[in-house]
Amino acid sequence: MAEATLRIAEDGRQAYGLSPGLQRLSSNRNWLGAWFMLPAAAFLLLFLAYPLALGIWLSFTDARIGRAGQFIGTENYEWLWDDATFRLSVFNTILYTVVASVIKFAVGLYLALLLNHNLPLKAIIRAVVLIPFIVPTVLSAIAFWWLYDAQFSIISWSLRQLHLISSNIDFLGDPWNARWSVIFANIWRGVPFVAITLLAGLQTVPPSLYEAATIDGATRWQIFRHVTYPLLTPIIAVVMTFSVLFTFTDFQLIWTLTRGGPVNATHLMATLSYQRAIGGGYLGEGAAIATAMIPFLLAAILISWFGLQRRTWQQGESND
Amino acid sequence: MAILTRRALVKSGTALAAAGALTGPALLEWARAWAQNAPWKPEPGAQLSMLRWKYFVQSEDDAFVKILEAFTKATGVPVTVARESYEDVQPKASVAANTGAGPDLFWGLYSLPHLFPQKCLDVSDVADYLGKKYGGWVPTAVTYGKSGDKWIAVPIVYGGNMQNYRLEASKKAGFSKFPETTDAFLEYAKAMKKNNTPGGMALGHASGDGNGWTYWCLWAHGGNAVDKDDKVIINSPETAKALEYAKQLTDDMITGVASWNDASNNKAFLAGEVYWTNNGISIYVAAQKDPTKKQIAEDMDHAFWPVGPIGKPTELHLMYPILVMNYTKYPQASKALIAFMMEADQFNGWLEAAQGYLTHCLNAYDNNPVWTADPKRAPFRDAAKRSLTAGGLGSVGEKAATAIADFVILDMFANYCTGREDVKGSIAIAERQLKRIYR
Repeated sequence: MAEATLRIAEDGRQAYGLSPGLQRLSSNRNWLGAWFMLPAAAFLLLFLAYPLALGIWLSFTDARIGRAGQFIGTENYEWLWDDATFRLSVFNTILYTVVASVIKFAVGLYLALLLNHNLPLKAIIRAVVLIPFIVPTVLSAIAFWWLYDAQFSIISWSLRQLHLISSNIDFLGDPWNARWSVIFANIWRGVPFVAITLLAGLQTVPPSLYEAATIDGATRWQIFRHVTYPLLTPIIAVVMTFSVLFTFTDFQLIWTLTRGGPVNATHLMATLSYQRAIGGGYLGEGAAIATAMIPFLLAAILISWFGLQRRTWQQGESND
Repeated sequence: MAILTRRALVKSGTALAAAGALTGPALLEWARAWAQNAPWKPEPGAQLSMLRWKYFVQSEDDAFVKILEAFTKATGVPVTVARESYEDVQPKASVAANTGAGPDLFWGLYSLPHLFPQKCLDVSDVADYLGKKYGGWVPTAVTYGKSGDKWIAVPIVYGGNMQNYRLEASKKAGFSKFPETTDAFLEYAKAMKKNNTPGGMALGHASGDGNGWTYWCLWAHGGNAVDKDDKVIINSPETAKALEYAKQLTDDMITGVASWNDASNNKAFLAGEVYWTNNGISIYVAAQKDPTKKQIAEDMDHAFWPVGPIGKPTELHLMYPILVMNYTKYPQASKALIAFMMEADQFNGWLEAAQGYLTHCLNAYDNNPVWTADPKRAPFRDAAKRSLTAGGLGSVGEKAATAIADFVILDMFANYCTGREDVKGSIAIAERQLKRIYR
């Protein structure tokens, strides 16, 4: 098919009288491929590679807003290494990502398995599940801000009416309360994405496999463990990579709820980077914090890559 | 429903306030005459855009828009205004300064112009003109406006941040007026908490209220981030004393202040949850406008901050300077606009419409009726004169701005008051950060 198209294109060019050199070049498949890739490559270079490289470069300078910086080597990183707030933000980010991702996966998978059954009003329930994901993050964050308010929290109020507690819960004022509160808000928001995507994955599992397993006398757990789960792994790899990336780089939720407080207990690397670079004006240091996120993100992507590798194996082809 | 009512009330309030100043055709006439005589002639075809902090009192913005409209009618220069939450003006201005594109004028907070002094248009002529005509600038305004010997911004107004307190509850606690010394303040906080009418001040990342009270506390006890040569001197016995004091004070506050942002204390005060806090006049204005909160407005008053061991006021009020980016194509029009805004015929009405939220920094406006019409506004008149600058003893430049934006002092207090660090640890963290900022 492609060969035929190429031949036709070749004939067309001959008709337009291109020079033989150009003709050979434009009929060379590798050259053509390069040409077709150019727009995409330019796009990636301009909007991804360049900003990334610029960010990394800035992290080695003392650039401030409104002024280009001098190259200062790894001074920013050395400073951050000893910076208690930065270390705390790394700890917070990892805690936030790990706890939220694990729970999002567990709850999301559970929801997906439930929704995969034939329920009455299936379509409506599936749509409802997506709502937290549809609401703009800042709006849901503001709603949580009220839910967690030190004075006006409806949670505190209800528990007080029930005489279960005597004073308001200090959701966002106590470091550990604040951490769990923002993690909960993130989970609430992230579960639908995991659930709906896994549900899509579940529906690609051929029913015949389930029939075969049932006939062989497999229990429900065995069916899940040996049929559903292996067939779901590629999509789990993709969905969890995205989920981890989104969680790791979360900004809006934290910024709206706590601004990184109380006493930096909920500062993530992303929010600290913003506070130092844009708020404080230290572009170089902010860029260093952002750059420090890259190794973590790369690790997450690698995990997904190895997850995807298994797909070829599952399809009965040899590993490459 | 409630919003509609409030809006309507605000509108009628504005009309009343503006009645004293020039209105309608008279204003236009005056504006035309002004434009003809002004030292700054807008460039042909000029148009201006401005980013300002988002108002807290609606009537203030209404009056502000009227001034801009009068300016447009008089000079033919259209002015578009965008409004951002006051914390967000700085990042936008920083990006504009960095890229050389964006609004011509930025009206922001504290030492915003000092973040990029070399990107600001020299407005010395405007500042000198206004200073001469209106009784001179208060000293701190000069500090905020000038970089070296030139003015890089015009200090428009201060936003006073004073103590707000409930009268009845204070009387019950044994205080017929708000305490005037830090020691009495401690007793007051204790007594109020005991009566189940506690107060509270923000210890979260609240740019206005949180920085306001922690800087006050530090300075009141003789602590300072830097000396007059910008050398870091935060590690001192005075700072330790300030921390101990703040710890005692916060122990007698309502729970949850560590999570408070700038809006939290307004909500809590208006809901009758806290009985004293530090804030602009916006709580009072909101209480007056809302029929269901009338009783709070009648039962509250404002007071200066208590004076600490060093024996003089150590308040930090918000400063709102306006700057012109030097990439503007219309420097003359920009200067004309600033001068026009600050002329008595405009400024008096505006000040009145702001109902005490804004405090002038040109001495001649001390006599504006806004300060005498309602005695509860009176403390705010002196905000500009009582305020120290964001740099403390040191310079008001970008270093001080960074220290405030990065919440170095606020976090030092929060670290100790929430028990996350001891005195030494809290100070050490702040000292390390300050040394980098001030290197």
